[in-house]
Amino acid sequence: MTTSSGRVIVSVIGRDRVGIIAAVSAVLAEANANILDISQSVMEEFFVMIMMADISGASVSFAEIKQRLQARGESLGVKIDAQHEDVFNYMHRI
Amino acid sequence: MTVSRFSPQEILETIRMVQMENLDIRTITMGISLRDCGDRDIRRSASHAYDKICRLAGSLVRTGEELAAEYGVPVINKRISVTPASLVVECADQDDYPLFAEALDRAAHEVGVNFLGGYSALVQKGMTRGDRMLIESIPAVLAGTQRVCASVNVGSTKAGINMDAVAQMGHVIADTARRTADRDGIGCAKLVVFCNAVDDNPFMAGAFHGIGEPDCVINVGVSGPGAVLSAVQKAGKADFGALASAIKRAAFKITRMGELFGRAASRRLNVPFGIVDLSLAPTPAQGDSVARILEAMGLEQVGTHGSTAALALLNDAVKKGGAMASSYVGGLSGAFIPVSEDIGMIEAAASGALGFDKLEAMTCVCSVGLDMIAVPGDTPAETLAAIIADEAAIGMINRKTTAVRIIPAPGKAVGDTVHFGGLLGHAPVMALHAQSSRAFVERGGRIPAPIQALNN
Repeated sequence: MTTSSGRVIVSVIGRDRVGIIAAVSAVLAEANANILDISQSVMEEFFVMIMMADISGASVSFAEIKQRLQARGESLGVKIDAQHEDVFNYMHRI
Repeated sequence: MTVSRFSPQEILETIRMVQMENLDIRTITMGISLRDCGDRDIRRSASHAYDKICRLAGSLVRTGEELAAEYGVPVINKRISVTPASLVVECADQDDYPLFAEALDRAAHEVGVNFLGGYSALVQKGMTRGDRMLIESIPAVLAGTQRVCASVNVGSTKAGINMDAVAQMGHVIADTARRTADRDGIGCAKLVVFCNAVDDNPFMAGAFHGIGEPDCVINVGVSGPGAVLSAVQKAGKADFGALASAIKRAAFKITRMGELFGRAASRRLNVPFGIVDLSLAPTPAQGDSVARILEAMGLEQVGTHGSTAALALLNDAVKKGGAMASSYVGGLSGAFIPVSEDIGMIEAAASGALGFDKLEAMTCVCSVGLDMIAVPGDTPAETLAAIIADEAAIGMINRKTTAVRIIPAPGKAVGDTVHFGGLLGHAPVMALHAQSSRAFVERGGRIPAPIQALNN
């Protein structure tokens, strides 16, 4: 399996409210991360938004992006995390 | 709607396994050969070992933390295993082996790992002078160091059981408990007595870097009792075939995480990837218990009749699912049932549902053995040795690894509780048989290799 692409999965879990996509997009845009895909749904009572972004051209480190997203999530009252896509590749694809 | 190749369900499943079911990478363990660190002067030998560990493992902890952040899966422990120390130090003229252990302890501290395994000797067929010296020094070393773990292999299917070593280990355990009496005998939590010890085990306290291993290697231990429990609960009243399938699917996903982390750590540290260890390793945290999985299968409390069968099914299904998920499976690879480190085991031992004999029976069908069991502080050394002999016999005959990590808690009696703290947890003191095994243990010599050894 190929690894180490620049793609990350950003997940937002919590109560739906105005401005979540805008806030996450803004953090990614500020870091020059390119959003490749986006989806949202309601699962098990949670609002779930998932973005795939390419950070290979990002202006800051992945750790920094992750920290900014988590901080923004706290101010919005939702949980935001970013994980490298390999974790999903390995778990769900053979 | 999907995000590229993943459905929201898949992504949420992964997040749930990590955040709600305690899925984690239990350990990334770097194995380091110290075979090139021997010297006639033990101080120089200790200094070589310290330098080599610090050089190779200097960025181990940072790498583990980076991977945890990038993949969003916690890496609980970063650890080191080294060549069994008796092989390194026995060329020294001096007998001051604790000097070497202190260097290992300092190196572990310097690189930031909480445990380093390999203060070990392999004596299944007999002892060299170095083995004897090392074993004699174990109580002082475990009392005098923080992070060094010791292990002694006293038997194997191919060699039989070295009963002289078994008898000695009874005294070593008793002495180690006495020397750490102020902390409930915690030194014994860092001491494992093995039969059929493996060369690539990443889990403490029994990890060492075996003799057929490369200079440096990365081994990974995964864990996910909570994720397996969730799969068993979702299976509802499914029959055993369907239940085994559900466990296999969960084990596959858990093990894939180990494979991912092992490969990534190997690449970043520029060290070969050794194995993923498929063990289900519990912690005292709620939702991280192997006992709870057995109870979810339909047992009122672990330890009752049916526990051995339930554990056999669990252990086998975890291996079948995990074996598919990794290119290199090794180590111990089986469910652990430590008493003090598993909330369900602690409760069952405290209520009396789980007794010592049932625990021994359960070790026949899982990894690894009698683990983290507190027994009365006045247990005779010969009884401790006989417990080791029984467990080693199970391993020898069944061609599997077995181990004993037992704590004769000083000043404590049946009904008392000992507290080790952290991942080591707490445990009720369990009752043992009162009848003496002394004359048996003192017979001396070696139990011959069983007929199972003759397979060529």
